Amino acid sequence: MTVTAQRPIPALPLQKTRAVRRRSRRETRNSFLVTFFAVVLIAGFLSPLLRSFALSFQTPEQISQVGAPLWPASPRTFTYNGRDYPVYKVPINGVTREMALVKKGRTESQFVDPTNAGAGVVAWQGGWRTLEPALTFAPTFDNYTNVWSLLNYPRLLFNTAAIAVIGLIGTVVSCTLVAYGFARFRFPGRGFLFLILISTIFLPAAVTLVPTYTIFVKLGWVGTWLPLLVPTFFANAYDVFLLRQYLLTIPREMDEAAAIDGAGPLRTLISVIVPQAWPVIIAVAIFHLVYSWNDFFAPLIYLSTKPDLQTLAVGLATFSANRSAQEPGLIQAGTLMTLIVPVILFLMFQRVFMRGVVITGVEK
Amino acid sequence: MIALRRPRMSRLAWHEARSGLLFLSPWIIGFLAFTLIPVIATLAFTFTNITLSQDVPLRFVGLDNYLALFRDPQVWESLLVTFKFAAISLPVAVILPFAVALLLNSRSLRGSALFRVLFFMPYVVPFVAGVLIWSQMLNSDTGWINGFLGLVGIQGPDWLNDAGWVYPGLVIIGVWGIGGGIIVNQAGLKGIPTELYDAARIDGAGWWGQLRHVTLPMMSPVIFYTLVLGVVEVLQYFLVPLVLNQGAGEPGGATRFYNLYLYKTFFAFQEMSYGATLAWLLFLITLAITGVLFWSARYWVYYAGESSSS
Repeated sequence: MTVTAQRPIPALPLQKTRAVRRRSRRETRNSFLVTFFAVVLIAGFLSPLLRSFALSFQTPEQISQVGAPLWPASPRTFTYNGRDYPVYKVPINGVTREMALVKKGRTESQFVDPTNAGAGVVAWQGGWRTLEPALTFAPTFDNYTNVWSLLNYPRLLFNTAAIAVIGLIGTVVSCTLVAYGFARFRFPGRGFLFLILISTIFLPAAVTLVPTYTIFVKLGWVGTWLPLLVPTFFANAYDVFLLRQYLLTIPREMDEAAAIDGAGPLRTLISVIVPQAWPVIIAVAIFHLVYSWNDFFAPLIYLSTKPDLQTLAVGLATFSANRSAQEPGLIQAGTLMTLIVPVILFLMFQRVFMRGVVITGVEK
Repeated sequence: MIALRRPRMSRLAWHEARSGLLFLSPWIIGFLAFTLIPVIATLAFTFTNITLSQDVPLRFVGLDNYLALFRDPQVWESLLVTFKFAAISLPVAVILPFAVALLLNSRSLRGSALFRVLFFMPYVVPFVAGVLIWSQMLNSDTGWINGFLGLVGIQGPDWLNDAGWVYPGLVIIGVWGIGGGIIVNQAGLKGIPTELYDAARIDGAGWWGQLRHVTLPMMSPVIFYTLVLGVVEVLQYFLVPLVLNQGAGEPGGATRFYNLYLYKTFFAFQEMSYGATLAWLLFLITLAITGVLFWSARYWVYYAGESSSS
């Protein structure tokens, strides 16, 4: 559809002027070119997903076939007189037909037409080695079923989800409390404390890692979920910032009304602020779920001795390191089974999610 | 002086302050326990000989760890590796999200909301999954990247196993992480007043002129922000090589990043004090580079809110 320049509807001139028509044609062409370019770009950008998806349905033999197509393909066979024969694409009288090779010969081979086997054997002049095998769409689900048990998928899925959900509760509760404190109360040093909070974002993790890890070892927490869960109950800079920015936009009148009615600060938070802050609380929850699902380093160092308590991300990395590169289908199946949850969460909540990124990214 | 001028807090104000601090207490406790005390402890560790097993008695060793640092060739080699990689990856990390945001904000693009979701989506893919998917794409024989290069007549390199190509390979692996940058850049572009473009057009500026004289200056705070975060991130880079080859440094030591060395000192060799010293050096380098960036900002970052003196 072409979009012409906005024009008044009633007094429509019978003929658009030449200049307007030329401009609208140029705009159409531009928008076609730009959109086409974007399509090519996004196709390239997401093509690895397609590749991974296709590989996950292929057996090692299918992948290593010479000239293997992009889809899961196996050479087709045809059963003739109780035996399986490979099917080739045979040019006969200028028409390419798919025929089962029954008897191989150097210069002349014998074929059977699978659609008309009753007609018997047909002789064909030429080297059968030059023929292309006929392929059939043969996806395998073995990679998925194998990964299910080899990766210990149900166990790791449970671990990952449990760690994500417990951490989500800790993050939402603690960050809401802290953001409320920053957004609604005046006290000396508030600005300074907020500056410190934000600056922790720029602190390299390595600077705190050594003593923290050492203390967790001494506490006997290494090899448990505690190092992953306990810190979430003490708030983090990103989410506090996100929540605070939102709370600042909520008018104070209702807080004050609640205060006059005798509600304490905590009561006000629960019955006045939280009901108005659901969008941002959901954003923080989704952020935490995705962050926790994708976290690699913390589970790696704290759970390396306990594969049964490990998360999917680390489990997948260990799995792919232990498997030889000859099983790409298996590894890609495991990969897709790991990424499916955060991707679906994102697609469901993409509006909330991206608005959260804008707030933490731009307004800081 | 200030203390004298300020009146004593009223009962009400004191009440409010107490409630506020009470609500802040989870973060304050967490900050002390997981940030401030560990940072100080890390510094204290650097002057001792702590190891996880502590075979030798704990003692104060002065500047021994720092002297060891300066004599340790692996420190300098791994820093060089990190800087080389940063030189390739930082421009991409800054320019690519900006360019994609420009495309998404183009008036000529149809369906830009859909494109925005699609460009952002890989940002939420677990990075381990991203690494495994992209290393498949970069495979020299079966990967689609070399397959595509082959179609246009170029013999693609063995990306991840060739010391000369591994950095571009790692940059390609990281390309799925640009989603956050795209969103931030796009929000920045939306914030540029359209009058500026109208004025530039009246002055005869074309697409390039508008980009050069309106978009880039107005976007400089966003570019500055992505650059600073990019520096902080790239200096800590090591997880991708850790997943790719278990941190072996292949090919030929090209992926022995500084943070990888730190990680190994710490977890493989369990030398806490030396690891802490490495961490402090990393912290100081990060501070120094971001400090230089903040200093340079006055020459190239334009804040619309401030009056420009030039």
